[in-house]
Amino acid sequence: MRPIDHTIRRGQLQDLIFRVLGVSLLLLCLGTLGVLIFNLAHDGLSRLDLKFFSSFASRHADEAGIKAAWVGTALIMLVTALTAIPLGLAAGIYLEEYARKNWFTGLIEINIANLAGVPSIIYGLMALGLLVYKLNFGRSILSGGVTLAFLILPIVIVATREALRSIPQSMREAAYALGATRWQVIRHHLLPYSAGGISTGVIIALGRAIGETAPLITIGALTYIAFLPPAPFSMMDSGHRAGAFSWLMTDFTVLPIQMFNWVSMPGEDFQANAAAAGLVLMLATLGINAVAIGVRYRMRRRIKW
Amino acid sequence: MPDATTTTPAPLVPHVRRLSGLMLRERVVEGLLLLAAVFSIFITSGIVFILVNESRPFFRTVNPIEFLTGGEWTPQFADPKFGILPLVAGTLSTTLVALLVAMPVGTIIAIWLSEFAPAKVREVVKPLLELLAAVPTVVYGFFAITLVSPVMQQVYAWVISFFPSLKENYPELPLFNVLSAGIVMGLMIVPYVCSLSEDAMRAVPMILREGSFGMGANRTTTALRVVFPAAFSGVAAAYTLAISRAVGETMIVAIAAGNQPTLTANPLQPAQTITAFIVQASMGDLPHDDIGYQSIFAAGLTLFVMTLGFNLLGAALRRRYRQAY
Repeated sequence: MRPIDHTIRRGQLQDLIFRVLGVSLLLLCLGTLGVLIFNLAHDGLSRLDLKFFSSFASRHADEAGIKAAWVGTALIMLVTALTAIPLGLAAGIYLEEYARKNWFTGLIEINIANLAGVPSIIYGLMALGLLVYKLNFGRSILSGGVTLAFLILPIVIVATREALRSIPQSMREAAYALGATRWQVIRHHLLPYSAGGISTGVIIALGRAIGETAPLITIGALTYIAFLPPAPFSMMDSGHRAGAFSWLMTDFTVLPIQMFNWVSMPGEDFQANAAAAGLVLMLATLGINAVAIGVRYRMRRRIKW
Repeated sequence: MPDATTTTPAPLVPHVRRLSGLMLRERVVEGLLLLAAVFSIFITSGIVFILVNESRPFFRTVNPIEFLTGGEWTPQFADPKFGILPLVAGTLSTTLVALLVAMPVGTIIAIWLSEFAPAKVREVVKPLLELLAAVPTVVYGFFAITLVSPVMQQVYAWVISFFPSLKENYPELPLFNVLSAGIVMGLMIVPYVCSLSEDAMRAVPMILREGSFGMGANRTTTALRVVFPAAFSGVAAAYTLAISRAVGETMIVAIAAGNQPTLTANPLQPAQTITAFIVQASMGDLPHDDIGYQSIFAAGLTLFVMTLGFNLLGAALRRRYRQAY
């Protein structure tokens, strides 16, 4: 055998070893995800029935459920979406389509990049000081929803900008040439073309918000809630009729906080409840991410510039 | 009274009037959009203002130098001590363990994805891997104490059978410990390391690889000696952002690290991080003027400054690699 053959063999072996290493580490990570889900299912699947969704939390583990928690999570997500989507879209459109390059827009951009790296619990502290005490929103659904909206705002802005940036300049120029104003170009052309990209970003951002625990604990979300927020215009116990937005100002709990509460309790039964709540949370998160991947996939197939 | 129509200019022809209406709408829309963009600055100012303002009364009671250099953190004692070092030690030791997991694993997977994997495999694997970062952290916390920590206890018992000296000092691994919390946190931040480093490596021009292959190097040598060094500032940016993520991570450590503020860097012991302390203190109902309430803002301010440092470093590094090619 010639010496060169020897070198080639060694190089090929080296490549093979690196391939095996890469694939096995990747499988280790994905396997962990699988084990994590299996672990939740193993501990919690037996607790997962209709009663679990329709009962409030309780001192007795086998009677406890996630009614207040899932309703709280749904309402918080509604407030978060309604706050973060318009704000994030508007800011993203401004920065990408209007802003001139000057120190001020530079400042806004650095600022957004930094906001994306601020730990979520810091947002909670800010909301506690500002929303709960200074603006007197209280420890309410409104406070919680707005806190999470602040948290995901950078993600929505970045997604909006990237979606707009991927539209070729010629599309804008064609519309301008026909006499459209800047807003007409955005409204009738850019937004429809970028809808897929923006929705992917928004959905991923909401998926992040749904699992957030720390900021909501900081603003003082309760761990034990045995009532639902009043439906608009419904009769309350006090004899008054609820206003259209009374639910915004009520105390709340959410799924991750309920799970955290059960995790901290001693005893196998509560651990099973925690696992069941975790399973619901995982299904919601994975579902949301699957939708985002689906939207992205369809968009890629449909639009080819 | 004179006729009004004679003194005012002639009425605009319809399409001109429509145009001026349009221009007005343009202005209004642009103003609203600008307002939304400026709002992000308001959030940052809100964070800085609240953290500084709410921790001011705290620093009137506690000397800032004592706060930064004190080795005891006992806020719930009758004679409370507020030295942040134990919390900083807890934060840094969990972060270190997490990085020791995430940096090698994330980097190797990134190299494999960028230099070895076929494009189709990469398209499928990347979103799957990002799911690791999407799992709610409270679920990770549960995973850490119900599975990872018990397994680590077994592993530890097996390891110390070879090291009698370790056995005398630390006969067993407690269920709540820095090691297990850090390992799980490391798995969580693998996608952060991987995604950004892979982007950086793919941004390295093909011509460098071709040069290397032309010299007879194999893929591994090209990846490790040519592509990785060329992309290093991007990879370093990924690392700093991962550090910032790990420093700010809350629920995993609040559940699995043990909530004991002791000044130690030993990963086999329980510890408390800054974030876990804030959670623990927030779980009790704090009165607004209590030193406990103020202390969470002082701790938060420390955390904010730490992560801000890492974020700015990461952003600077990222700018550098973008300029490079």
